[in-house]
Amino acid sequence: MATNEEQESYSKKDFMSDQMIRWCPGCGDYAILSQVQTVFADLGIPKEKFAVISGIGCSSRFPYYMNTYGFHTIHGRAPAFATGLKLANPDLSVWMITGDGDSLSIGGNHFIHILRRNVDIQLLLFNNRIYGLTKGQYSPTSEVGKKTKSTPMGSIDHPFEPCAVALGADASFVARTVDIFVKDQRAVLKEAADHRGTSFVEIFQNCNIFNDGAFEDLTDRKVRDEAVVFVKHQEPLVFGGKAGPKKGLKLNAQLQVEVVELNEDGDTDGILVHDETNPVLANLLARMRPPFPVAMGVIFRVQRPTYDAGVVQQLEAAQKVPSAGDLTKAIYGGNTWVVE
Amino acid sequence: MRTNVETVDNVVIRFAGDSGDGMQLTGTQFTNTSAIQGNDLATFPDFPAEIRAPAGTVAGVSGFQLHFSSKDIRTPGDEPNILIAMNPAALKANIDALKTGGTVIVNTDKFTDRDLEKADYESNPLEDGSLEGYQVVEVELSTLTKRSVEDLGLGAKESDRCKNFFALGMTYWLYNRDMSITQDWIKGKFKAPYDQANLNALQAGWNFADTMELFHSSYEVPPAQLEPGTYKNITGNAALALGLLTAAKLSGRQLFQGAYPITPASDVLHHLSKYKDFGVVTFQAEDEIAAICASIGAAFGGSIAVTTTSGPGVALKGEALGLAVITELPLVLVDIQRGGPSTGLPTKTEQSDLNIALYGRHGECPNPVIAAATPSDCFDAALEAVRVAVKYRMPVVLLTDGYLGNGAEPWRLPELDQLEPIDCNLSTPDDAEGFQPYNRDPETLARNWAIPGTKGLEHRIGGLEKEEGTGNVSYDPQNHEYMSNLRQSKVDKVVADVPDVEVYGDSDGVGLISWGSTYGAVRTAVDAARAAGLKAGHVHLRWLNPLPANLEAIIRGFSNTAVAEMNLGQLYRYLRAEYLLELESITKIQGQPFKSSELIAEIKKLS
Repeated sequence: MATNEEQESYSKKDFMSDQMIRWCPGCGDYAILSQVQTVFADLGIPKEKFAVISGIGCSSRFPYYMNTYGFHTIHGRAPAFATGLKLANPDLSVWMITGDGDSLSIGGNHFIHILRRNVDIQLLLFNNRIYGLTKGQYSPTSEVGKKTKSTPMGSIDHPFEPCAVALGADASFVARTVDIFVKDQRAVLKEAADHRGTSFVEIFQNCNIFNDGAFEDLTDRKVRDEAVVFVKHQEPLVFGGKAGPKKGLKLNAQLQVEVVELNEDGDTDGILVHDETNPVLANLLARMRPPFPVAMGVIFRVQRPTYDAGVVQQLEAAQKVPSAGDLTKAIYGGNTWVVE
Repeated sequence: MRTNVETVDNVVIRFAGDSGDGMQLTGTQFTNTSAIQGNDLATFPDFPAEIRAPAGTVAGVSGFQLHFSSKDIRTPGDEPNILIAMNPAALKANIDALKTGGTVIVNTDKFTDRDLEKADYESNPLEDGSLEGYQVVEVELSTLTKRSVEDLGLGAKESDRCKNFFALGMTYWLYNRDMSITQDWIKGKFKAPYDQANLNALQAGWNFADTMELFHSSYEVPPAQLEPGTYKNITGNAALALGLLTAAKLSGRQLFQGAYPITPASDVLHHLSKYKDFGVVTFQAEDEIAAICASIGAAFGGSIAVTTTSGPGVALKGEALGLAVITELPLVLVDIQRGGPSTGLPTKTEQSDLNIALYGRHGECPNPVIAAATPSDCFDAALEAVRVAVKYRMPVVLLTDGYLGNGAEPWRLPELDQLEPIDCNLSTPDDAEGFQPYNRDPETLARNWAIPGTKGLEHRIGGLEKEEGTGNVSYDPQNHEYMSNLRQSKVDKVVADVPDVEVYGDSDGVGLISWGSTYGAVRTAVDAARAAGLKAGHVHLRWLNPLPANLEAIIRGFSNTAVAEMNLGQLYRYLRAEYLLELESITKIQGQPFKSSELIAEIKKLS
């Protein structure tokens, strides 16, 4: 990612397009759009170097509202477009916007392969556990038993845990945040931008029309402290309590996570310390569901080679030979003969 | 010492054996040698879809046919003069194709009861008189090969593997070929002791034919009088790759190929992946859909983007192709057609994707379609496809087929400095004032191509209907109709780049229309019909959409006109719908190209 030498400074406004935003009033997407625009302004990357690529769905209208290069593509295939664009133009900061249906259903294949390849882009998955744009069918992240237009007797479909799918696909960066956790979300987006490789961020997003209150049991101010744990590298996994953490996570002898009360001093001896490079711990954290606290923040992060850098390296190595790019040699080389 | 050398104009030779017998390699060696000796040639590799079907069965037979000549030829030949059959199954699968009185060399070591049973022979054809009318040359190929390599300490299996070179040596003697080309190739290709083993087998085959007086004469096929120039032997897939490479070079942009392995298109991926020194990016995607989508992403990013596939892959790419049409991005989709529907006949040739190339997308979604005529023409067709895609900002479908892709012919190499540059006419930061992504060139209707990273030209595109000019999402009814018509107009405009067709032969007799790889067989048939005193003319279509402006008038000049194609009449119906003309349809859908004799018979019927 190149930064401009004569760095222009941007404000959030510079990243707002002139298009009318057509999401439903009260949609969680507004909060995410606002944070992404704010983060873009702070990254020190020239505006023309951003490209926002999306698939299909409510969230995928996102590029139209960003005053950057953007491509609203087809359902489920955004990772392939993003890959092609990044390979064609490795200098770009490519951000992919997708939803639970787009990435985990129709686009499942592309989703796992971009993570496996570790193409250097940011992949933001807005998870609202519903098909919104098609007016309310259950999605691959909807809970079993969920009643929707297409499941009048309740869904019998086992849902995906997006972060666990990403870890299973060998993602090098896995994080989770919530549309309304504005500060936390902004921090996660910045971490994602700084990571080299595919930065996967699951964003819990409320659909106030078709799945209102989808994450209320985690995000409501009354329960929030007990319901989520903000994970930070090399810090104890503690949560609960307004004034300071009251609970912590421990690993028992069966390698299961347990919630324990901290003593009055808030002593964290024996409490699990988050290690974002530990894939076993990442899987435990990614799959925590009530009555356990749901993990927020950077769950997993490792450095490994990116696909796009590998492509560039091979091209550079091949171009070192003196005859590189010699069309005459390519065409006139080999076994030829001359007819007079 | 040669006593009896006959000079002949042309020879058709077919090598046939088990899939593991190295028949494709043997045929390719014979082809390269003949090319360098100056013959005109055309090849037809014909192999099963299975990598190694059960050994010795008819299902596992792999064949390679080569037509080499001192004259100008256009097809791999109707009937082989000589067949090399490495086992009973190869004999069984190919003997009917052999010319009456033709020569068949058989490996008698492979005619045991068990081998015969595997090939479903009830009696031994070498003994039951069924080969009467052919000259049968019985050779203990396996035994003799083993003997030729016995000093090298190879195992029985390894020794036996050299027998294709023994057979090649025999045929080299029979047709007075220069062995040095293959000898050099062996030295470069194989490690010790396999290099020496293959060299021994090759030489032993030659010596055996020379001393045993197996053939009453050997043959000389003098060099052909080809147009002056530098030549090399090339397959359609290799020529296609070089065409794409050249187009990118002429445009000054990076070539991006998105592809998923599929027969018979994979070779294009293999070829292009070798040109990293040109900055070519080949992306082997997770599936056919990702392959085209990555290519469209690369086109958005300013690359010369292509996606290459075959049959089933084209069906999978339909939705994304529609996106390239509505976003008006340059893209070339190459379809190396094969037998369909579904998995169909993966290794066999067919021209049954014309309809999907013309119509295979939802919505009103037109795109230009071009088809290559011969293996070397794949180079020119690729160049033309890229040129049009870039000039008009839209996807172009390029059709070749398995026969062209794997077949080979001598290619007169282009004068590179004569090739016209391709002007991508990208928008620059200087265009920022009042920039709109859907403003267009009034002449070509090409929209602005502004690639991400260009300062001041930030814009959004996508699959929702676009407002003319701004490119903003628009649901306006009038705009949608306007844009639908506009996308059609862009394709119609390409007619300016489509040269008028010319009639080859008589313009007032029987007219034969061909497209794609049927070119050679039709031209040969028209020549033969005219030599026999019939009035016949040939029109070959390179662009299928748009059609050449003068085509209707040309067709009206013929007394009657037939469309010859390897499908059930796709071009025939298209032309009838287009011109409201009575036409005849000549079709063949057997996974095999037309024989010119079949077409001569059709011309006679129509005369």
